Amino acid sequence: MIRFDSIALIQGSFHLSNICFEVPKGAYAVLMGPTGCGKTTVLELLCGLRAPMLGSIHINDTDVTNLAPGARGVGYVPQDGALFPRLTVGEQVGFSLRVRRLPESEVISRVAELGEMLGIGHLLGRRSSGLSGGERQRVALGRALAFRPSVLCLDEPLSALDEDLHGEMCSLLETVHSETGVTALHVTHSGSDAERLATHQLRFVSGSVHEISSEAAEE
Amino acid sequence: MNQPSDIRDRGFLLFLTLFAGLYVALIVGMLLADATYTTPGDLLAALESEEIRYAAKLSLTSSTITALLSVWFAIPIGYLLSRTNFPGKALVDGILDIPIVLPPMVIGLSLLILFQTSFGQAIEGLVPVTYRIPSVILAQFAVACAFAVRTMRVTFDQLPERPEQVALTLGATRAQAFWRVTLPQAGGGALSAGLLAWARALGEFGPILVFSGATRMKTEVLPSTVFLELSTGNLEAAVAVSLLMVLAAITVLVTARALGVRRGW
Repeated sequence: MIRFDSIALIQGSFHLSNICFEVPKGAYAVLMGPTGCGKTTVLELLCGLRAPMLGSIHINDTDVTNLAPGARGVGYVPQDGALFPRLTVGEQVGFSLRVRRLPESEVISRVAELGEMLGIGHLLGRRSSGLSGGERQRVALGRALAFRPSVLCLDEPLSALDEDLHGEMCSLLETVHSETGVTALHVTHSGSDAERLATHQLRFVSGSVHEISSEAAEE
Repeated sequence: MNQPSDIRDRGFLLFLTLFAGLYVALIVGMLLADATYTTPGDLLAALESEEIRYAAKLSLTSSTITALLSVWFAIPIGYLLSRTNFPGKALVDGILDIPIVLPPMVIGLSLLILFQTSFGQAIEGLVPVTYRIPSVILAQFAVACAFAVRTMRVTFDQLPERPEQVALTLGATRAQAFWRVTLPQAGGGALSAGLLAWARALGEFGPILVFSGATRMKTEVLPSTVFLELSTGNLEAAVAVSLLMVLAAITVLVTARALGVRRGW
């Protein structure tokens, strides 16, 4: 579960005020809104990369507002993947497990498991420099999922993909969501992506986040 | 139809080439003048001189130590300036530029006076510095490190912050994110910073003359040799030593660049 309570943030000329919304546990929420409205900022607030001036953020009933990014259990897939250029794909996917000092056998087994699930098993020994857009997104997804986060943040993961890859990646996101049960918050411009993937649709309207539909409400 | 535009473009390129050509010609001209003024015999004579061999050894060793020290300091300083905001940052930033703008002699004089204070004397009590080899390294470091810091600051400014932020969300501490994600990407910048510091240190003369002196077989570095040979009217030896410095610098720069290219920096 993700809950934003009256979040306010001012950063230079940009500001957000009274951001309130809730995403139930295990839901796939899609947040839409025009460019520059603060969608990415909402993800950064949830990941702990920005601190709100006011309000609180809860994940599964724990107040994480003042927790460090690494203590929140949030997997983050930024817009361009933001892969680590000097590490191999396998090292990136295992990164979160190695900083947690898990036994190497567990790291290797989890990396192989994710490699198979995301179709990047054949890339594990390669560096990120020659990867295609779709491969980069899969690696970023694997990296974010490795430590079994309770929440997954996706910042426009489909925007730079061509039509075929777009459909493939959508299917992959559906599979990942159903297999892991992770609570997802996915930022996008695309109404069709939202229709396909979302169990809950959120939209920025005049600086506030509104829930515009949920599967539960539709049912 | 496009002809006038083509002519204008060619004119512009010619304008750029003219300035580039003039400056390159000046540099090549200086090197050729040195090379044609001296003879292989002069170069061999310079290499056979025990004093000059000592100066070359001290120059190369001290410049290498200075370059390593400069990069060691420049990486944390550059990262701090690039990634953090703190009260007085603009002041610190300005202070770090002082060695770049100060006349070299003034830096030497300032070091000499610093080591006459009670603080400096306390250090002298532990490790003798002034007019000894450590003073050569310190004089080189005082200037060269400022250039390395500028290079590392620009390097970190140009690296996107997002991968580092992702590392934090994955459970890394700031130190782990720095060591495992950011620093490996800064390899090329660190190499450039090191080369710049090394080249500055090799050519440093003013601060060393004031702070270390130019005592033969003790604190004499190659630029001091050029000065000493010139002051005794031995122009051939001065030019031969200059050419040795050029050759040493080219060898190190080309080797380091090749190493950088091989590592993908």
